[in-house]
Amino acid sequence: MSTASTQPAGVEEIDYLELDQIIEKEFNGDRENLIMILQAIQRHFNYLPKPALSYVSEKLSIPYSRIYEVSTFYSTFSLEPRGRNIISICTGTACHVRGAERVKEQIESSLDIKDGGTTEDKRYTLESVRCIGCCSLGPVIKVNEDMHGRIPTDEVENVLNQYE
Amino acid sequence: MNIQSVKDLELIKEEYRLKLNLPETVKVNIGMASCGIAAGAKDSFDTATEAFADNKSIDICQTGCIGYCEVEPLVEIIAKDKPRMMFKNVTSDKIVDIINNYMNNEFDDKKMKKLILGQVRDPRSLLEDDMANPQEAVPPIEGIPFLEDTPFFKGQVKIALRNCGYVDPDSIEEYFGKMGYMAFLDALLNSKPQDIITSVKESGLRGRGGGGFPTGIKWATCAKHDGERSIICNADEGDPGAYMDRSILEGDPHSVIEGMLIAGLGIGSSLGFIYVRNEYPLAVTRLVTAIKQATAYGLLGDNIAGTKFCFNIKISTGAGAFVCGESTALMASLEGKVGRPKAKYVHTVEKGFRDQPTNLNNVETYANVPAIILKGAPWYAGFGTDNSKGTKAFSLVGKVRNTGLLEVPMGVPLNDIVFNMGEGLPGKKKFKAVQTGGPSGGCIPASLMDTPVDYQQLASVGSIMGSGGMIVMDENTCMVDVARYFLDFLQDESCGQCNPCREGIKQSLDILTAICEGNGKEGDIELLEELGVMIERFSLCGLGTSAPNPVLTTIKYFREEYESHIRDKKCKAGVCKNLFVYDIDEDACTGCTSCARKCPQDAITGDKKEPHVLDQDKCIKCGICYDACKFNAIVIK
Repeated sequence: MSTASTQPAGVEEIDYLELDQIIEKEFNGDRENLIMILQAIQRHFNYLPKPALSYVSEKLSIPYSRIYEVSTFYSTFSLEPRGRNIISICTGTACHVRGAERVKEQIESSLDIKDGGTTEDKRYTLESVRCIGCCSLGPVIKVNEDMHGRIPTDEVENVLNQYE
Repeated sequence: MNIQSVKDLELIKEEYRLKLNLPETVKVNIGMASCGIAAGAKDSFDTATEAFADNKSIDICQTGCIGYCEVEPLVEIIAKDKPRMMFKNVTSDKIVDIINNYMNNEFDDKKMKKLILGQVRDPRSLLEDDMANPQEAVPPIEGIPFLEDTPFFKGQVKIALRNCGYVDPDSIEEYFGKMGYMAFLDALLNSKPQDIITSVKESGLRGRGGGGFPTGIKWATCAKHDGERSIICNADEGDPGAYMDRSILEGDPHSVIEGMLIAGLGIGSSLGFIYVRNEYPLAVTRLVTAIKQATAYGLLGDNIAGTKFCFNIKISTGAGAFVCGESTALMASLEGKVGRPKAKYVHTVEKGFRDQPTNLNNVETYANVPAIILKGAPWYAGFGTDNSKGTKAFSLVGKVRNTGLLEVPMGVPLNDIVFNMGEGLPGKKKFKAVQTGGPSGGCIPASLMDTPVDYQQLASVGSIMGSGGMIVMDENTCMVDVARYFLDFLQDESCGQCNPCREGIKQSLDILTAICEGNGKEGDIELLEELGVMIERFSLCGLGTSAPNPVLTTIKYFREEYESHIRDKKCKAGVCKNLFVYDIDEDACTGCTSCARKCPQDAITGDKKEPHVLDQDKCIKCGICYDACKFNAIVIK
């Protein structure tokens, strides 16, 4: 991702009241809830903006380095703004033996991005995930919350076009 | 209402048992687990709800998944005086007709027949076998098979999955109707903690998450250590290709909560935690609902049923780290830290979560517990083999005709599962191997398919029971690529703190990648074996010690595939792109033009009804033509 080195494009301003709501109301300001707090922040902003992480660090009295460690260790977190539509391609074993790799290549070539990348117009982000538990329908892709099962390689583009 | 006694529970149970089995209205149960929803069950549900909105005699309801995911959406219709019937592939365009036909007794219709999976002979779970079968008095319809006799269901014994697909997961009352919370309440009011632990010990139940440690011994050891004990449910089902736990959480969440309550009672703990994968949002939603309902009935919370026993459950979500399936890593993650395993000089039953005694079991293990307590240890131990008691749920997936979730008694041979229940492979493809145990397991070849599912027997062929993923592979699966795939997975997921795992996996993966790209050299296989032994012996946690299994078993059973990759530079399965080409068999090609029309590179040309030609320079080996050809004219060379 090349555009993200300057000020994050996805966020205009951090709403600290919203952060308070998440940290204090939803999760009782409990440090043990750090992972879920970060997940809630990511749901809100679509990624983890750095100012929000500093704020969490201050609020919970956890060193920023530890927050950074957690947000880079777990694969669901993204420190960069992501696209409007998140394409998750399942690369679990069942999908793998049924051709998930080919579906992934097809998406990469038609969107001209690599795994983990976001298209320039911020329409799509492609992420491979390890098994979403719909193994009987492999190969499976999930776009936002919609599951698409038994997807043939040549149908991929049609499916993606449905998402603006 | 607060449930105070077994009698209170009996009353609600009877009411809902009737509603489940002999409903006043026609009850339409739509399987709405994630798999069903992905296949279109939500659309079917909405369509039916709208179509019959004004019809008071029809109730459209949801259930979990009965397991036969291949033919979802699955719908069961229940009426008082007719056979219950299960229908398959019920997409939104078919559901209204099916319901109408059922109401009008029109079962002979050709279209309808194709959608009938079977009539239900007996909807009781194993826990209800001392009650009458509600279908007893209903005459069956001739010419329609019984569900229980169809290949996928024949031979299954459902204990952990007993209610999945039969109850609404969002209704605690329906769970009551299936003997729910009876085991817990009876144990709470009438048993000593020691008796509970003895029962679990004597049942022979072993951890269903993969390790296979005897559950009763774990409970007993945890109970011995003083401190603020915790009961944790590991629902971080990370093995790719396995989804038993998702199905239980989405289909029967109360069975897990009840299992945890019984563990809390036996071990002496009031703190429960469920650590669920972030990838399972529906499971989380249903658990939240279930916990609220159990709390409202006074089955969770303080002074349960007027006793001194208190128990609360908190749900935490994971954030996409496979290593958090390891107990110490999971506990670190629950504490809000990164999930790095610790060396187990001191066991977690003594010092685990928050440095206090902790009992951790997997979802399926807990789901078995109420059944064991209710029916007794000898009953449970009556299923299975000498060292593996009871039943095990498997997710049968990959290149197999009947994909889905099934539960069989331990000791059933792999052959039975794949070829009888799974009905073998689709098309005319040849069976190659079945992979069990996820990234920690191994690939079992055709010659060993008579191996029974049993902890020891699977270990003796180099695999493990694991959490229950069973992935069928055919001639188009490259075993070198499978080994590479698992190591790629494990390299991503290794936490990186210990050298043998971090470096060993990386080096092995580099070698495998080179082999798959056509750069393998003599000595690579031996080096992989050597590295494997090293990683296995010196890694810190289970992720590392089991990581070489997929490599070592594929080398052991499919050495010739490695050799042909290295020496002949050929991948006969047609997976490793540098090592094969697609070509057109002129004799088999009918000139139907199907491949040429689909080729994204316009690499295939030819006239109608004439054999086509493939231009190797243009071909990117995407495989679209191979899948498109109905005449097997596209060949791998």
